[in-house]
Amino acid sequence: MVRKFLYLSVLLSVFWIGFSNVAVAAGDEEDKTGFIMHHVKDSHEWHFATFGHTHITLPLPVIIYSSDRGLEIYSSSNFQNPETHLFGKEYGHNGYYIDEHDHLKAVDDRSFLDLSITKNVAMLFIVLAVVLWILLAAASHYKKNPGTAPKGAASFIEPIVVFVRDEIALPNIGHHKYKNFTPYLLTIFFFIWFGNLLGLFPGAANLTGNIAVTATLAIFTFFVTNLNGNKDYWKHVVATPGVPLPLLLIIVPVEIIGLFTKPFALMVRLFVAITAGHIVILSFIGLIFVFESYAVGFASTIMVVFINMIELLVATIQAYVFTLFSAMYIGQAVAQHDHH
Amino acid sequence: MDLIIPGSGLIIWQIIGFSILLFILAKFAWKPILSALDEREKSIEEALKSAEIARNEMANLKAENEKIIHEAKLERDEMLLKATETAKKIVEEAKDVAQVEGAKMLEAAKKAIETEKHAAMEEVKVQVAALSLSIAEKVLRKSLADESKQKALVEEWIKEYKLN
Repeated sequence: MVRKFLYLSVLLSVFWIGFSNVAVAAGDEEDKTGFIMHHVKDSHEWHFATFGHTHITLPLPVIIYSSDRGLEIYSSSNFQNPETHLFGKEYGHNGYYIDEHDHLKAVDDRSFLDLSITKNVAMLFIVLAVVLWILLAAASHYKKNPGTAPKGAASFIEPIVVFVRDEIALPNIGHHKYKNFTPYLLTIFFFIWFGNLLGLFPGAANLTGNIAVTATLAIFTFFVTNLNGNKDYWKHVVATPGVPLPLLLIIVPVEIIGLFTKPFALMVRLFVAITAGHIVILSFIGLIFVFESYAVGFASTIMVVFINMIELLVATIQAYVFTLFSAMYIGQAVAQHDHH
Repeated sequence: MDLIIPGSGLIIWQIIGFSILLFILAKFAWKPILSALDEREKSIEEALKSAEIARNEMANLKAENEKIIHEAKLERDEMLLKATETAKKIVEEAKDVAQVEGAKMLEAAKKAIETEKHAAMEEVKVQVAALSLSIAEKVLRKSLADESKQKALVEEWIKEYKLN
């Protein structure tokens, strides 16, 4: 266990004392980086803990679709060393192997689609189940007891629903159209919020800090925004009114780039905020095992508790910010410019 | 897997998962929740509105009542004023009439007294005359009761006549 956490000292070298000899003395830097990043990144195996040489893991299904071989399903345990749980080219199975960076590859470089239930996909299912469970429970209260005060799950989500509707959707989209987009914004908010919160559990996957997830969410907002864009919105993009022709040559490309930078910013903001939070918490835990000192352990524990509290706040703020910016972009696309 | 290169599998699962979530929630969660919230807000708003209307009506009623009371007071005051005036007038008139009547009665009484006085004086005069006569008669009778006196008197008279 101590050895395992020694790897975490890399975080120290990255974020804290960097090139201090204490961190360097802790072990091989390359190895340590790999381990820390393993916590933050996606994997074909869900690793919970290691006691000595015993790895407590959940093997996950590897699903492969290729045009020539169709759908193939394996367990990720087929692709690893049963003792060390390490993936590698030498542990290939049926023409596929998982490399040391947790990438599924074909031995003969054929093209295929990796549809594996990775750690983050499994986490996605958990988040979906929790969100559906809570929100459908709340919805059933409203169906069963119309016109009464909220209770249970309903009383928990109602202030949030009202907040998203009245403080995010209404002021940013306007009272003409906000009702059409409130369900989307609420879904985005609850998905990100629960994803952030569940990701803070020890052993949980870093779902909302994964760039694929944030990118997909940003793409959803991109399509919702641009598919609902009205005439004014597109006129602003392709022929900004009141701008002379020579300037249009500069403005129009900028506007078109702007269409894509908005979702890009959404993607990066959420990814960075959540991933950084996870890394900071891990690095404080790592400090304890680098210094192997009670004093550092005490201070680090306080800091970890403190950062965890901040992370709870960040989980909510990032869900709010993503929803708010989505609402603003949609609002710009559907705004009715009465003054034109 | 790399930190900043999105995995294609995760993107596909995320698209599927999020689409399903969006569909189920929109249909089975947001629709009933948002409509229930809307309904409740509407009913609260209506309740508040009707309370406001009731309050306004109460205020109107109160104002009307006060107006009626005020008018009644004014009317009462007016009536009192009129009544006082009428009473004064009546008393005034009564006084005038009484004065005139009194004066008339006094005049009549004076006249009657005067007439009575005259009548009384006349009677007194007559009585005094009669009394005088009777006294004179009685005096004469007394003085001429015996024959000597009568002869004396006659003799006196004859003497007088003789002188004349």
